[in-house]
Amino acid sequence: MTGSDKAVPVRRGASRRAFLQGGAAALGGAALALGGRAAVDAAAAEPPPPPVPPVDATGTATVPFRGARQPGVDTVPQAFAALVALDLVDGVDRDALVRLMGIWTDDVERLMAGRPGLADTEPELATIPARLTVTLGYGPGVFTAAGLEHRRPTWLRPLPAFGIDRLEDRWNDGDLLLQVCADDDVTVTHAVRLLVKEARTFATVRWVQRGFRRAPGTEKPGTTMRNLMGQVDGTRNLDPAVDPDLVWHADGSRGWLVGGTSMVVRRIAINLDTWDELDRSGREEVVGRRLDTGAPLTGTREHDEPDLEAKGPNGFEVIGTFAHIRRSRTDDPEQRFLRRAYNYDAAPVPGALSDSGLLFVTFQADVDRQFVPIQQRLDELDLLNQWTTPVGSAVFAIPPGARDGEYLGQGLFDA
Amino acid sequence: MTRTRTRLLAGLGVLTLTAALAACSTGTTDAGDDAATTPAAAEADALDITDPWVKAADEGMTAAFGTLTNDSDADVRIVSATSEVTSSMELHEMATGDDGAMVMRQKEGGFVIEAGATHELSPGGDHLMFMNLTTPVQPGDDVTVTLTAEDGSTFEFTAPGRSYSGANEEYDGGEHGEGDMEMDMETEHADS
Repeated sequence: MTGSDKAVPVRRGASRRAFLQGGAAALGGAALALGGRAAVDAAAAEPPPPPVPPVDATGTATVPFRGARQPGVDTVPQAFAALVALDLVDGVDRDALVRLMGIWTDDVERLMAGRPGLADTEPELATIPARLTVTLGYGPGVFTAAGLEHRRPTWLRPLPAFGIDRLEDRWNDGDLLLQVCADDDVTVTHAVRLLVKEARTFATVRWVQRGFRRAPGTEKPGTTMRNLMGQVDGTRNLDPAVDPDLVWHADGSRGWLVGGTSMVVRRIAINLDTWDELDRSGREEVVGRRLDTGAPLTGTREHDEPDLEAKGPNGFEVIGTFAHIRRSRTDDPEQRFLRRAYNYDAAPVPGALSDSGLLFVTFQADVDRQFVPIQQRLDELDLLNQWTTPVGSAVFAIPPGARDGEYLGQGLFDA
Repeated sequence: MTRTRTRLLAGLGVLTLTAALAACSTGTTDAGDDAATTPAAAEADALDITDPWVKAADEGMTAAFGTLTNDSDADVRIVSATSEVTSSMELHEMATGDDGAMVMRQKEGGFVIEAGATHELSPGGDHLMFMNLTTPVQPGDDVTVTLTAEDGSTFEFTAPGRSYSGANEEYDGGEHGEGDMEMDMETEHADS
């Protein structure tokens, strides 16, 4: 038995070699001209099976922390997000902020690498990084507390009031912002808990907004997200690799902000109950895109350029004058920003069916130049406003990344 | 070689744990051979610490933690610790008190970091105790701690302060003849 078992692979190998040689010869001069390797490959025919990623590949994936820019801006959006705004406690000054930055830098670097924080009381929860990123932002209060008003960017202030706003103070503003994103919600929750409690002598939590997209592995990478109205949302997004200057500060006039950006957080409630009253063609006209593919009403594929001039049989524009995609674009190519939104679905108030919406998160080099003009256009006219209501608003400066040996925000506090 | 043996014999007088002794003497036979051919290095030179930190506190007692390593082939005994932010420090272990509850108390003979091994200092385990802070340790402050080995050589490291709610073990000072002096490390509790 043993002998014959052993003999089989030997004979099999010999016969495979004979087949390959015979095959190569049979292909004739043309194949031989391609070279021996090509001939063998052609004859072997069967391509190797694609490599199967380990079952925990989603959990073990990491995003680098160190670098000239913070992660979590041009990082492909993870499935889950927590936005945490904090307010500085009285007495926190520049020295205290530097201490807090040191603590957070150390903890964020560890957590993003899948290691526990220094004084982590639940170290086992830190072992699945799942592409965790933590992005730190500063509200105006940081500059006041640090005595660095002269370094505050002019756009770092609350957005102008818009007619459509119904802002609730519980979702507005904040001195500090942590955007914590990962492809696992336990990872997000643990990171938030650790970072908030290590900061508790410096700052109190002002608000927390949780958001989500489709879970990892449930759709093809690169698929544009859908919001809870069912719309493909974010098709014409800015690509920071193509337009880095629209996202990142490169201007040395504000030295500390080079490699940084700005972040706008708008909590936009969606009235799904009245949205339910609209049929599909009505829903598509509101935005100017088809619900199934996300294609503009004048096209067939998601990324087709909308034809804003096209008229229908009745002489009206196919993409209406009130449609969201018409209103949200201008001829000024600078009036664009990077959208990185998440859905939210909170507990409804008694009597309501749901409390759903969108955490509309944008990054842009200059809030006043890029974001505000678009928001003003949408405030003036956008049929989508019938079903969407901004209930929270905040603006933050995102300092550059921490390079080796640096703490987050070092360029601001040390300069 | 002679010095190493002497140190071990001195340890014998203090320690009554035969298991620990057996481990020590096995380790020293090799260490002794090496010591005969190379000049004796200061014991503390073999020490290092990873992830050190101190529980932030305004006053009273607090503690430092981290993972000590000994990269030499001889055991290193840490006999004392000092820091500029406290009037005195002690090397503590956790043990079962007279009433069966876990208490912290001074470790007889100090911490032995075995050759090539690591020694965990953690809340609920061995730790470096600041007995009476003279300067508050704020979260994010860097605190310098100096450990002294049995041969008098020292190892200095810097540990950052961190907010931490745990490490509130009862202190059993009775072993030092100070009576049943139970203290709460958590200053917030002491204030309330």
